[in-house]
Amino acid sequence: MSAPTELLNVQIDGVWHQFQKGTRVIEACAQAGKFIPHYCYHPKLSSPGNCRMCLIEMGMPKLGADRKPEIGADGKPVINWIPRPQISCAQDIAEGMGIRTESPMVKECRNGVMEFLLINHPLDCPICDQAGECHLQEYSVEFGTSGSRFLDEKVKKPKRVEIGPRVTLDDERCILCSRCIRFMKEVAHDDVLGFVSRGSHTYLTAHPDRLLDSNYSLNTVDICPVGALTSSDFRFKMRVWFLKETKSICTSCATGCNTIIGTRQNEVFRQTPRENDAVNSAWMCDYGRLNFHYVNYPDRLKTPQIRESQGLVDASWNSALVKAGEALKQFQKDEVAVIASARMTNEELWLTKKLIDSIGTSRHDVVPRTGKADEILMSADRNPNTLGAQLFGVTSETPGSGLKAIADKIRSGAIKAVVVLGENLAELGLTVDELRKLGALIVIDILPNETTRSATVLLPSSAFSEKRGSMINIKGRLQRLNRATQPPGMARDDWEIIRDLIQQLTGSNGIYLIEDVFKQITDSIPEMNALSLSKISDKGVQLVEETQEASATV
Amino acid sequence: MASTTRTPHPREKRIIFKNIDRPDWTNDIGCYLQDGGYEELKKALTMNPQEIVNEVKASGLRGRGGAGFPCGVKWGFIKPGGPKPAYLICNADESEPGTFKDRYIIHQDPHQLLEGMIISCFAVNARLAYIYIRGEFPEGAKILERALAEAREHGFLGKNILGSGFDLEIYVFRGAGAYICGEETGLIESMEGKRPYPRIKPPYFPAVLGLYLCPTIVNNVETLCNVKYIVRIGGAEYAKIGKPNNTGTRLLCVSGDVQRPGYYEFEVGGVTMGELIYDICGGLKPGRTLKAVIPGGSSAKVLSAKDRYKIKTKRPDGTMVENEIGLEDVPLDFDTLAAVGSMAGSGGVIVMDDTREMVWALNNINEFYAHESCGQCTPCREGSLWMKKITERMLHGGGAERDTDTLKSVADNIAGRTICAFGEACAWPTQSFVAKFRDEFVATAGTKGNGNGSTNH
Amino acid sequence: MELTAELQARIDEVITHYPVSKRSAALPLLHLMQEHSGFIEDDAVTWIATKLGLEPINVLELVTFYPMFRREPAGKHHIRVCRTLSCAMAGGYQLLDTFCKHAGIQRQGNGHGTHLHKSEDGKYSIEFVECLASCGFGPVCMINDDFYEAVAEQEVPQLLEKYQ
Repeated sequence: MSAPTELLNVQIDGVWHQFQKGTRVIEACAQAGKFIPHYCYHPKLSSPGNCRMCLIEMGMPKLGADRKPEIGADGKPVINWIPRPQISCAQDIAEGMGIRTESPMVKECRNGVMEFLLINHPLDCPICDQAGECHLQEYSVEFGTSGSRFLDEKVKKPKRVEIGPRVTLDDERCILCSRCIRFMKEVAHDDVLGFVSRGSHTYLTAHPDRLLDSNYSLNTVDICPVGALTSSDFRFKMRVWFLKETKSICTSCATGCNTIIGTRQNEVFRQTPRENDAVNSAWMCDYGRLNFHYVNYPDRLKTPQIRESQGLVDASWNSALVKAGEALKQFQKDEVAVIASARMTNEELWLTKKLIDSIGTSRHDVVPRTGKADEILMSADRNPNTLGAQLFGVTSETPGSGLKAIADKIRSGAIKAVVVLGENLAELGLTVDELRKLGALIVIDILPNETTRSATVLLPSSAFSEKRGSMINIKGRLQRLNRATQPPGMARDDWEIIRDLIQQLTGSNGIYLIEDVFKQITDSIPEMNALSLSKISDKGVQLVEETQEASATV
Repeated sequence: MASTTRTPHPREKRIIFKNIDRPDWTNDIGCYLQDGGYEELKKALTMNPQEIVNEVKASGLRGRGGAGFPCGVKWGFIKPGGPKPAYLICNADESEPGTFKDRYIIHQDPHQLLEGMIISCFAVNARLAYIYIRGEFPEGAKILERALAEAREHGFLGKNILGSGFDLEIYVFRGAGAYICGEETGLIESMEGKRPYPRIKPPYFPAVLGLYLCPTIVNNVETLCNVKYIVRIGGAEYAKIGKPNNTGTRLLCVSGDVQRPGYYEFEVGGVTMGELIYDICGGLKPGRTLKAVIPGGSSAKVLSAKDRYKIKTKRPDGTMVENEIGLEDVPLDFDTLAAVGSMAGSGGVIVMDDTREMVWALNNINEFYAHESCGQCTPCREGSLWMKKITERMLHGGGAERDTDTLKSVADNIAGRTICAFGEACAWPTQSFVAKFRDEFVATAGTKGNGNGSTNH
Repeated sequence: MELTAELQARIDEVITHYPVSKRSAALPLLHLMQEHSGFIEDDAVTWIATKLGLEPINVLELVTFYPMFRREPAGKHHIRVCRTLSCAMAGGYQLLDTFCKHAGIQRQGNGHGTHLHKSEDGKYSIEFVECLASCGFGPVCMINDDFYEAVAEQEVPQLLEKYQ
């Protein structure tokens, strides 16, 4: 526990407040409900003070002859106002400081800066992808004027520059705030962006030999306050004001970056990072961010299917589930294996363990996915919920360690039936011929692959953006996914499918809602006691104390 | 091409420029030593560094680069025995239009600068120092390199200087054509191999977080040369030169419409504007009258010959009296020039007679600042080019009625709102030209200039 | 890009001037490269970046900021005429025109150009520069590294004569 922080007295627009020592002036104002417009300032980056939008009036206590603050009639220090406006983004508050955020001087400053920022701006809002989430638009309504006094020719700069494989740059829109440059240097540790030329002709660029190809490049698009940097993936796909925003988490690795999923009419258009200092600061990697397009693929599995002599044929959910249950009952306990996925939610994994127990098999595991950790956000574990799979006993201390034995036993015929949840057995080296020899192959998945094509019963389920549920990230933080879109066709929520499979084997189990599943979990896991899905806040709940080595580097 | 040798005017008091234009003078160390060179260094090395700082404080020496900040106070910010090394940088980026003094010190008397610099380094305990010389002085850089080599050979630089135990290296660093590098934090960024974007202050005051975020003193060439004389005669004696709070001599650089432009050295405040123009510089060209003077480099606010200025002076009994004086009676010292609404700045006096068009003159200045703005912060980046576009358009017949007001308002929106003093430097000309010659601006909107600002050439 | 052993040695020596951060040597190295090649080649940017442990953008940022660095070859002799107030009052603009006329340089506009203006034979190139700090003796100019004060228009032909 850190020592209690000192509180300092600061006067903002005539009212005295207390703030913790070390608070930036701009943050103190925000805490006092006084928003200070700003472009270059970003709380996660260094403060260059270049945009001059956050100018305020500032003063310090007037000192008497005894070098002590003079006290006014109100019993508070008399403030000696600095005649020049000051930036609020780069200074911490001090005892007795006075701040004016609404004075005529401050208004003039904001008005002046807004005018300067717009004289060379192309004012192409109708065709700009940033429209609707542009700070130039926003502040010009609040702090600008309706007319322009600029009679001269604007400065010409490069347009539609592919500054990297995923980012498009329009230098005429750039206000040279340097947020992107600082992000790449300070956070992504890939100092590839810079300003060239000088004065009013200055423009942002990358050296042709070293483009903006970092796995974190799209964060520059998020923090660009204007339409200079846009996502090549998202641009011109949808006007942002039509997007419905759903808070969720990224499922592309075990970090579990907090996200906002932007959707319209049941289609996912983009994912953007959502600030959470315990997880991802304000960032996410490009790989995770763009790893959603498959959700919208037209070949998503939409209808339950049963294998007949002529192949897989569409079936009702009921008949498919009955068929699956009957098939599983034909085999001895250890003749059945269950291959689950560490991409599944806690609720799905919990039920999967129930299914394993109902079958009675000891042959079960998840498929690990690993890569290289990048010391920024990306975890070496590319599965988002390995901890959940371990916690509920779907896998062991060493995920995947049972897979080879299972694959061997499938080949040898010792395993005659497999339930596969969201994984492709081809990745274990099993061929379609080998899979076709199984007595039963019950597959729950969202997209076609070798395994779904070999299924005896195929049960279409939901992608990450289509479900509510929880996961535990690599640092032991319980986080919640929220449903942003509905699954396509007849596809159902995974937890319901698994519950129904269990019912086929053991009869009714009293689970009607996902909350019921979660209740079962919390009843048996002490760390999760008293929690409910709703009580997992938008920023998650830390289940185990964070270890030093596991803490994020951002 | 004009001769490079000029004879000093009898009214001058040449201390810093003592050796400039001496027919018997060469810029090598032999000549300098024969003339008693490096004696002040020897003396300084026997002193306690703090003593030297105190002498400089007592001298009242104010920085000669433009801002006029007291040099001893600046040095006093460096705390002896701090955990980080201290650096000293000589600002030889002489770039303020109208200013041409450091060039001659560097070219003709480089050892004077080095001696002042070595003493200053000893005073603030800097063991590594640099001379940031503007790129357009290639010859000057070579002269300094040679002078440094000579000083090293003679044991004035390097390890254990003259047996004092004090080590010092000085290197020359060349700029490459950027006025902003004269701003001390821009200069530091430039020296760190970055774009010379001035730093925000607070927190980056050079004396605390300067070069490599270590305590750093940045002093102008002329300022450092003065240190040598302060050591020679003592701070108290030095303070008797000039006027209280405006001590020492000042190198004044006169250009424009006078008969004998050039550089001169006077006690600070020792001459008035009228004496400078008419007595020292031979007056205006025949038949001309004085129209305007920029008294301290192109960023200083222009003063109109028509205006009357109220200044306060102290009577012998200590009471203050207010006098109204004309431009020609303004004494050229820091405080009076500030009192009349301009500044002594870098000592560059630009004189304009009645043939000069003020819109043309301002446009020339505006083009300079638009070209030199580093582009880091919004008001200066956008405003400097905008002002230039307006004055240029006015000159070429495209003026609009509202241009005069727009110009003033753009300048008002820059001054005081930028990261560094360049904001003022580019706004003050426009603010002052428009304020003092408003009628001319209003009239010019819509007419065409002839290219050299003169209506009568 | 070929670097002579002598240039390599000078580069290594210059880097020693900056014991705290060799990034400080970026500008000095650019000067050496331009002296060597006449302008800053693309290769020089990446070479310096590698030498100093920087990204090439860090060097490109500097090359494009400082007008003294050229991205294209100048004429055999490069003329810089001061454009700023005192020289302009003394005839700097006329001096530029006179140089252009006698050097055979076609030049458009009077402001700062983005490109160097060169004579067809490649012997001369010219640009306006800002204040060269000799305002009392305008108009001033530089030809290569040589500095000239109070240059009268009629002196231009004989001045060019010196630079063949």
